[in-house]
Amino acid sequence: MNPLLELTDVGIEFPTPKGPFCALQGVNLKIKKGEFISLIGHSGCGKSTVLNIVAGLYQATQGGVVLQGKEVNEPGPERAVVFQNHSLLPWLTAYQNVELAVKRVFKGKKSKSEMKEWIEHNLELVHMTHALHKRPDEISGGMKQRVGIARALAMEPQVLLMDEPFGALDALTRAHLQDSLMEIQKDLNNTVIMITHDVDEAVLLSDRIVMMTNGPSATVGEILDVELERPRNRIQLADDPTYNKYRQQVLSFLYEKQRKVDVEATVKKATSVDKDSNKSDEKVA
Amino acid sequence: MNIALSNLNLSKVAWLEPIVNIAKGEDVSGNIQTIIKAVGIPLAGIVVFLMVWHAAASNINTSLGQFPGPGEVYKQSKGLIAEHITERNKADAFYERQEVRNKARVEQDPTYVPKIRAYTGKPTYIDQIGTSLVTVLTGFVLASLLAIPLGIVIGLSANLYSAFNPIIQIFKPVSPLAWLPIVTMVVSALYVSDDPMVPKSFVTSMITVMLCCLWPTVINTAVGVASIPKDLVNVSQVLSLNYLEHVRKIVIPASIPMVFTGLRLSLSIAWMVLIAAEMLAQNPGLGKFVWDEFQNGSSDSLGRIMVAVVTIGLIGFLLDRLMLTIQRYVSWDKAATLR
Repeated sequence: MNPLLELTDVGIEFPTPKGPFCALQGVNLKIKKGEFISLIGHSGCGKSTVLNIVAGLYQATQGGVVLQGKEVNEPGPERAVVFQNHSLLPWLTAYQNVELAVKRVFKGKKSKSEMKEWIEHNLELVHMTHALHKRPDEISGGMKQRVGIARALAMEPQVLLMDEPFGALDALTRAHLQDSLMEIQKDLNNTVIMITHDVDEAVLLSDRIVMMTNGPSATVGEILDVELERPRNRIQLADDPTYNKYRQQVLSFLYEKQRKVDVEATVKKATSVDKDSNKSDEKVA
Repeated sequence: MNIALSNLNLSKVAWLEPIVNIAKGEDVSGNIQTIIKAVGIPLAGIVVFLMVWHAAASNINTSLGQFPGPGEVYKQSKGLIAEHITERNKADAFYERQEVRNKARVEQDPTYVPKIRAYTGKPTYIDQIGTSLVTVLTGFVLASLLAIPLGIVIGLSANLYSAFNPIIQIFKPVSPLAWLPIVTMVVSALYVSDDPMVPKSFVTSMITVMLCCLWPTVINTAVGVASIPKDLVNVSQVLSLNYLEHVRKIVIPASIPMVFTGLRLSLSIAWMVLIAAEMLAQNPGLGKFVWDEFQNGSSDSLGRIMVAVVTIGLIGFLLDRLMLTIQRYVSWDKAATLR
């Protein structure tokens, strides 16, 4: 089966006063329809950059992204994004925020009443029916993120991109939203790329975990297939040896193979752009 | 009593709330303290000011007599209102006489089409306030209609912003008194009509006001637009909104608080500029009133000018409150409007 989304040799350089800074290099990834992929890595390793390139918000300077046979070079609603800090329009209610997206995507395809139904359906999926007409400043952080997810789901994207969707939330709310997301995923079976820095979250939610090396010139380090039965239950999995093996593998990648170097060393490394990040890491370690 | 008051929802009106609470008998001493704080302290400030003013005024002697104290100003303002009423009565009497005359002529000669001649008495103080308000608001509205779109366009493009910024910075500090001669000459040259809709002096003052009050709105709108959070811009991009939709759905709502900051600055500048412009352009408003009284040089003049000073201040304050009220109504960001 052909992959739905294909990243081929993706790299990006940002111009800086000291010359070009290579943030990503040689990222290759094939994603099948309905797959849930997590991108994990230390902060600053370019996870968000990968996501932004897939979203079309950044343009790759090397290689490219192909979605269903078409090259991606600008943002579009078929690649909906759930932003880290919800990014709801503060002057619109939850309903209106979703409505803006639905009107944009389904203009001429759905009637007014169908749109209303669709908006309400999506807000129901994330359990927000009780606060349809509340504005973002009137609801909690977790609720805002729910609305953000509803907005993205309502666009019926081919790929759902999530940029640390639960990063800004407290642990309990996060667990709650992860469960909600798994429930939704069971029914809709979306293709998802999620950025996270939470190992448990990655193992619990993903079909595959893509571990990224440290920047500059970050790239895909290892890919871990998570073959756990669905539906997954966080409490049962806590004692599951396979679950813990996966966890251990991700942790060992992050904290042994790719130990986060201190800030000073990162700055030094940033000046020597073309060095392979793996090598320089080993030197530090 | 309690039911009647709560039905009226009086307690929703902020400054009435303590009074309503006292009427209900709730926490009387606490509410009295609230009233004293809210009303008493500003009132005390005004009383002290009036006393200092009175004391200072009685020590300043000018060629037009003693400097007007609060009492004199009060007397003169009553005089100005009385003049207004007298003038209105005269005008009414004039139109009544005219109507009677016309009726009589139509009875004699049914083919006669009656002409109605306008009353040509001199404008009263109240009329002059009206003229000033119309002039300032016309100039301000025109300036806003230019400044907001311009601010949005240059706020959206870093290049346009760099291109416009020096021009804005150079024109911003120019005094109305410098613009006025140029505006007067240009208006005289271009605004030629046998039956002008509005007098030249009005156009000149209005355009001068416009030129001076454009800039704060342009700058604040541009800054507001340029500082829209990146996340909201990303949302717009993911939704692939086109330029106009982007402006309408994202840019305008997001920058409304800054636009209003600019508009409020612009309106206060417009009102300040207007008085100077009217003095020189002889537009029959408050500025001309002050100038005429100064030239007149009677013993009442200083008192009447002082009435104008107080009026100008009060109207300026009310205009700002008006903008604040509009902002509260229009803007989604209720917290940012309380300043």
